[in-house]
Amino acid sequence: MSRQDVLVTADWAEKNLGTDGIVFLEVDEDTTAYDGGHLPGAVKINWTTELQDPVRRDIVDSDQFATLLSAKGVGNDDTVVLYGGNNNWFAAYAYWQFKLYGHADVKLLDGGRKKWELDGRTLTTDVVERPATTYTAKEPDNSIRAFRDEVVDAIGAKNLVDVRSPDEFSGKILAPAHLPQEQSQRPGHVPSAINIPWSKAANEDGTFKSDEDLAKLYGEEGYDADKATIAYCRIGERSSHTWVVLHELLGYADVKNYDGSWTEYGSLIGVPIELGAPEKKAS
Amino acid sequence: MCGAPDQAVALPPGTDLTKETVLTGRVVAGGEPVGGAFVRLLDGTGEFTAEVVASPSGQFRFFAAPGTWTVRALSRAGSGQAELTADGPGVHRAEVAVA
Repeated sequence: MSRQDVLVTADWAEKNLGTDGIVFLEVDEDTTAYDGGHLPGAVKINWTTELQDPVRRDIVDSDQFATLLSAKGVGNDDTVVLYGGNNNWFAAYAYWQFKLYGHADVKLLDGGRKKWELDGRTLTTDVVERPATTYTAKEPDNSIRAFRDEVVDAIGAKNLVDVRSPDEFSGKILAPAHLPQEQSQRPGHVPSAINIPWSKAANEDGTFKSDEDLAKLYGEEGYDADKATIAYCRIGERSSHTWVVLHELLGYADVKNYDGSWTEYGSLIGVPIELGAPEKKAS
Repeated sequence: MCGAPDQAVALPPGTDLTKETVLTGRVVAGGEPVGGAFVRLLDGTGEFTAEVVASPSGQFRFFAAPGTWTVRALSRAGSGQAELTADGPGVHRAEVAVA
């Protein structure tokens, strides 16, 4: 993978709106954002109701994923360009699911809605209809998905990258600060995890930092490029952003996203939890 | 604005202000509200903590914890920031001017 395989610029996107074989999909944390204006021709995916199982706590399975994409009018041969608000958190989460179910050509709009809006580019409320397709999803590629037991086994052995904010890592707060803080799980982090907030990988306009800056960032923060990696956050969307950085942009081979993340780990009986700020690294 | 409802604090039903530390306020440019600005909350060390999009009337809201925070806004009208100290739970307000 290289940057050109993973990201498209806003200029590229603007030129390719409406091009046959390219489908723009918007995925936002705020699931009403699309309705207030979206890229011309883009289709909405609701992460809460369409990317997760409606009953069990889990992402959709391959059959559900195939049904969803068929209904959205996405073909197996289409180039899918994902974008969204909040610095592409949920677009990155969708990107990771597209990879998990083996979609051949999926990309992220660098900067997402934020850069698009800051650039003053066109948003429309036009209704978008695409004819249904017959999409076939592959079996999940669990080499990019971590489950809870793997996380416990990874303590002290793999890179555990906690991408939440420092105050969530230390246990001072339990959720990102735009959400209410009352939660059932315990605060803290997985022992031996390093705290490299996802936001360090992004510029203020929501675009990813350069490959050079990203490699330098993780090197300085104690990331061991020779070890396998599990990234986690609270519910797996910010860690998808970091998964894109480590696996897709920097090309590290064994990187998994733990989508259960802190809401699962912090609720488990008996697993070790560490509290407090990360140790200061010698500079 | 005499008689107008206080729209600065639109909290989810059931928010317990004896427990939650709410940071809220408005983004303005030349005294006028800036809707749709990207507002981020930075912790006491300047590290990113959260980001929201300001409402059409420029309002933003965070759930945080007691401490010193920086609220930074980015918009087509420019950028700006304000400091905010929350000494305990409850609602704490700040206005962020962008230019």
